Order: sequence, then C-alpha cells, then structure tokens
Amino acid sequence: MANKSILPLWFYKLASPKYCYQYTTKLLPWFAGAAIALLCVGIAWALLFAPQDYQQGNSFRIIYMHVPSAILAQSIYLTMAICGAIGIIWKMKIADMVAYACAPIGASMAFLALITGAIWGKPTWGSWWVWDARLTSMLILLFLYFGIMALYSAMDNKTLAAKATAILSLVGLVNIPVIKYSVDWWNTLHQSATFSLTKKPAMPIEMWLPLLVMVIGFYCWFATALMLRLRNEILIREKRAQWVKKLVTQV
Amino acid sequence: MTPKRKKRLIMVLLLVFAGVAAVSLMAYALNQNISLFFSPSQIVNGEAPVNKRIRAGGMVVEGSVKRSPNSLKIEFAITDFSQRVDVIYVGILPDLFREGQGVVAQGSLNQQGVFTAIEVLAKHDEKYMPPEVIDALEKAGVDAQGKPLVEKTTAGEGQ
Repeated sequence: MANKSILPLWFYKLASPKYCYQYTTKLLPWFAGAAIALLCVGIAWALLFAPQDYQQGNSFRIIYMHVPSAILAQSIYLTMAICGAIGIIWKMKIADMVAYACAPIGASMAFLALITGAIWGKPTWGSWWVWDARLTSMLILLFLYFGIMALYSAMDNKTLAAKATAILSLVGLVNIPVIKYSVDWWNTLHQSATFSLTKKPAMPIEMWLPLLVMVIGFYCWFATALMLRLRNEILIREKRAQWVKKLVTQV
Repeated sequence: MTPKRKKRLIMVLLLVFAGVAAVSLMAYALNQNISLFFSPSQIVNGEAPVNKRIRAGGMVVEGSVKRSPNSLKIEFAITDFSQRVDVIYVGILPDLFREGQGVVAQGSLNQQGVFTAIEVLAKHDEKYMPPEVIDALEKAGVDAQGKPLVEKTTAGEGQ
C-alpha cells in the first residue's frame, strides 16, 4: 500500500470527468482573457512598434507568427503523446480525451508554421520550399497529426481508438527532438533556433519581447481551445451521467 | 503503482526507446543525404561528386563578387573559412544575397572544381537586428557579438 500513490491527489481528481469539467469552468475565462489580451498586444507590438531587421526589412515580422506556431506545434504534440501514455498506463479516460482534443489544434499550428515559413522563405531565401532537414521533419509532424486524426476516426470503439492513437503518437515522439536539433545536426538552409528560454536571445530585447508576448499568447490560446474541445468531449461521452443531464436541462 | 501499471509503463518506455533507436540508426545511415549541401571543405577534399546535381553552401567571400556588365552572369566564391570554391551563376539573385552572407547554391561541380549554379538561395542567421543598431555598431567598429570587425570595415570602404 505504501507505493500506491506516487502522484499528487489533484492528478487523480482530474481523472473524474465531472471534476475536470467544473475545474475548467473556473480556468477557462482566465485563459481566454489572457489569450485575447496577449495576442492583441503582441500583434500590435510586433507589427507596428518592433523595429525592422537590418537585412530583411519588414518581412522579418512574420517571425511573430512563425516561431510561436512552430513552438506550439511541437509542444502540443508532446502534450498529446504524454496524455496518450497516461491513458495507456493509468487507463484514464480524461487523458484519452485530452489527447483526442489536442490533435486538430496541433495540426493547425503545424500547418500555420509551414505556411508562414513558406511565405517568409520566398523573399528571404528565394524559395518557397527546400527539402532540408528542418522543413521536412516539420512536414512529417503535420502528417503525423493527420495520421493520428485519421486513425482515431477510423475506429468506432473510442477506448480502442484512443489506445491505437496513443501508440502511434508515442512512436512519432522521436520526431520532436529531430525537429528541434535538425538545424544543429545537419547542414540546413533554415537558421538556428530563434527562441530559447535558457540562452540569451540573439536579437535585441525590443524585438524579443513582442515575440515572448506572442509565444505566451499562443500558449494561452492553445489552453483555451483545448479546454473548449475537452469540455465538449466530456459532455458527449458522459451524456448518460446524472450531472450532465442536470446541466443540460438547466440551460 | 500497481504491478499492472508498472508493466504498462515499461511497455510505453520500450516503445519510445524502440522508436528512438530505429530513427537514430536511420539518421546515422543517411547522415550524408540528410545534409542539404556540401561545404567548401568537403568539395575541395573531393567528397562531393563531379558533374552531378548537388548543393554547395557557404559564406560569400568579401570582395569576390564579379558581375558581368552586359548579362546576368555573376561570379563569386564561397567559403567556410578554411577552403573556398568558385561559383558561376546566370540569373536573378535573392534580395539577401551580398558579400559575407551565407548562400546555398544548387548546380554541378566540374573537373576544375568550379561550381556552376542553376539556383542560388540566401541563408540568413537568427541574429536579427534593427538597422539603427547595426549602424551604431558599425560606427563603434564592432559586430553584433561585440567583437571588433577590422576586415569588414575595410571591405566596406572599398565598395
């Protein structure tokens, strides 16, 4: 019995769909508010007040969409894979639902990163697309997301679908360090990492701060979108539960 | 943790480990092919195939750019600061192409070690900088990292 709970109580509490639903009700407005505020401030700052780059001029500003979406695409994948692992190990329904909710959000972020990268690449590099390691591994990430979404929707049994997609996302997890270190391991056209919390930024603070605001804003937006999708999924799956019936009839 | 969960945890870890092992073996085997371009050192050492479509990447050597006055032909040299390779290109260059800038050229190498490019892409680094800051730094005679830039200022005067 001594080794029974190595994880804190809130972890087990969150596993209850009802508790999770109530908990996110409280969190949702905060994250939504923060996302709107940070993204508005960040976009205005990035587009109007941040200085130009000495070589690229204004086309440099696309970095403020490109870097946050690329970071998010990888973070969301990590979230999805960890939730998949929790779902497999602890048989936690909520973890399955979070993983399910993550996939389309992550796919949209990977797509946004690739599109903004292509638009940025044309004027600066001279090419929309190059098959270098960074760009290719990012494209693989997008296809992994598509594969996970397709696999999930191909199965009628939701428990089985969650298990299969969790295994696929865990195998695909190896792509994340490949994306991150591709620019260091191989010769690529893509430049090295722009944004790091551990290293001193390579750009001056008046360019870096709006980027930081945008990255945090994107994370808050992700949390908001995730909670909205998760709550939807909880209501659908728990539609026979007493508390859901009560909640729905109240409205 | 119950024994059942522990077993599943080990299975998950094994799965991730197997994935990592498979991909790292693949990456190791394909190491040459994953790199987008050959560096000037590799070309000079004969590691790059001759008369085959390849990419070469490096910094444009300061003062090496020669433009033809009545065509789009341009000649320049690229370097990785240990070896240099001459490049010939006919066409329009990207905006970021300039001396001291990284480029990746696609084309083929001839027997004499001259690279004929059919496409030149500009590479840029992650050190973004407002124009005023660069001007101020150049006046102070240092580069973005605070190192003195002796060669660059003399090359700049020649233009």
